[in-house]
Amino acid sequence: MAVTRLGRNENLNGWAFIMPALVLLGIFMVWPILWSLWMSFQTGRGAMTQFGGLANLERLISDPVFLRALRNTLMFLVIQVPLMIVLALLLAVALNNPALKGRSLFRTAIFLPCVTSLVAYSILFKSMFATDGVINGFLETLHLIDAPIPWLGQPDTARIVIILAITWRWTGYNMIFYLAALQNIDKSIYEAARIDGVPRWAQFLRITVPMLKPVILFTTVMSTIGTLQLFDEVNNITTGGPSDATLTLSLYIYNLTFKFMPSYGYAATVSYVIVVLVAILSVLQFLIAKDRK
Amino acid sequence: MIRLRSLITYGLLCIAAFVSVFPFFWMLIGTTNTSADIIRGKITFGGELATNIANFVAQVDVARVLFNSAYLAIATSVLTLLVSSLAGYGFEMFRSKFRERIFAGLLLMLSVPFAALMIPLFVMMARAGLINTYAAIMLPGIASIFIIFYFRQSTKAFPHELRDAAKIDGLKEWQIFLHIYLPVMRSTYAAATIIVFMANWNNYLWPLIVLQTNEMKTITLVISSLASAYYPDFGVVMVGTVLATLPTLIVFFLLQRLFVQGMLGSVK
Repeated sequence: MAVTRLGRNENLNGWAFIMPALVLLGIFMVWPILWSLWMSFQTGRGAMTQFGGLANLERLISDPVFLRALRNTLMFLVIQVPLMIVLALLLAVALNNPALKGRSLFRTAIFLPCVTSLVAYSILFKSMFATDGVINGFLETLHLIDAPIPWLGQPDTARIVIILAITWRWTGYNMIFYLAALQNIDKSIYEAARIDGVPRWAQFLRITVPMLKPVILFTTVMSTIGTLQLFDEVNNITTGGPSDATLTLSLYIYNLTFKFMPSYGYAATVSYVIVVLVAILSVLQFLIAKDRK
Repeated sequence: MIRLRSLITYGLLCIAAFVSVFPFFWMLIGTTNTSADIIRGKITFGGELATNIANFVAQVDVARVLFNSAYLAIATSVLTLLVSSLAGYGFEMFRSKFRERIFAGLLLMLSVPFAALMIPLFVMMARAGLINTYAAIMLPGIASIFIIFYFRQSTKAFPHELRDAAKIDGLKEWQIFLHIYLPVMRSTYAAATIIVFMANWNNYLWPLIVLQTNEMKTITLVISSLASAYYPDFGVVMVGTVLATLPTLIVFFLLQRLFVQGMLGSVK
């Protein structure tokens, strides 16, 4: 193929436009991710490191704190993501009804939480869930509990607070995606279903959910990746406590690197667990979606 | 039956809206109460606003902290938009097999977790003597794969005739980008600005690692450290939280449509 002067020019321009981004990504993304893989084979603390082969992996599988962090992170994932997705879907369907009065007001209100910074809302939740705090006050007024619950002082309730907090912050965000996708569903499908006497819940399960599958998948992948990296909330609401009940992988990596005597190699190994989990879950979710087609 | 159903729908939506908005009220009420009252769950306005503000100003160099946050957010946003939109334009306008492969590679790296980058990035910055500088905060974020992707998607709607006409008029490629592409794509830029500005204003983990002295800290770091004190003064903390939330809240209410458009941009 003859390369014309114009074609060569186009090609040069193509490189010129993407080069700044490629150089920066090379230095601040590709190089670090490779370096961190290399680090994960190094053992030792501080500046004293040597090649340790798979020593870090051995340490990993027998490290009770790592296993606890892994379990916590996966638990947040398994409970929080489905809870939030279902909630966001239901809200989107409810708000998609044109006959509903005050739609835009409801939509704005429910979307509002994702305007806050993760740190700011974490602090608000920490103060609301104080033992003598406003949440316990509400529950006592409604006679749902007799004595105040020490939310942040017990492992299970502390986990519940984290899950509630993340759900509060992100449900409206996901809802917006579903609302946008619902606009694209042909109304006549529902019309036909209604004439055939298909009940509302069946319309939801048999029409709405399948039609929204690509968006549901997208938001699930995004939420999964986000939850696997959970840091801001746990560091600001519970600092991982009580007794590591809310310690996440990211927080553990942070502690290993910047709180204790730095152990870069081992911390890098833990960080690769997140890389692998993100990769596996993304692939898995896409395979499931493909399968159901 | 239908009346009952819509009544239940309204009821549930009201609860959802209340739960969503309540923490904002809580934050505002909190600025007017003592720390003890906040911890006790007082949900009425008090008279401590002036005291809390005075205490906040006494503990925090407000001007400096807000400058740090604003400077980092604005400068990083400008650079990110520039570098990433150039790349988005380049990938879409000048296609070649090789560049398509690079782009596919970038998409694979889209979900690389920051946790896996932060240790090498920290060591890099330490070796370059950049710890506790603005540069260390800004550099890793400027080329954002997500924003590159966003611009490439949006560029698909950019009319090629405009570019062809400009070329016939003898405009160079960078002139076309600057004088034609930029103005035509302003709503894409606006939506991307909101995403990038919010992400930088609210950034926590990386500044927490890199910024070490008080005069470099951002508002996000300040409220986090105020709230994690052994006996935090929540009245003071609430004042800081309002300061941290206000800019994004204002942007949201002024540019609601763009805001939502920006968030949805990635799935189009």
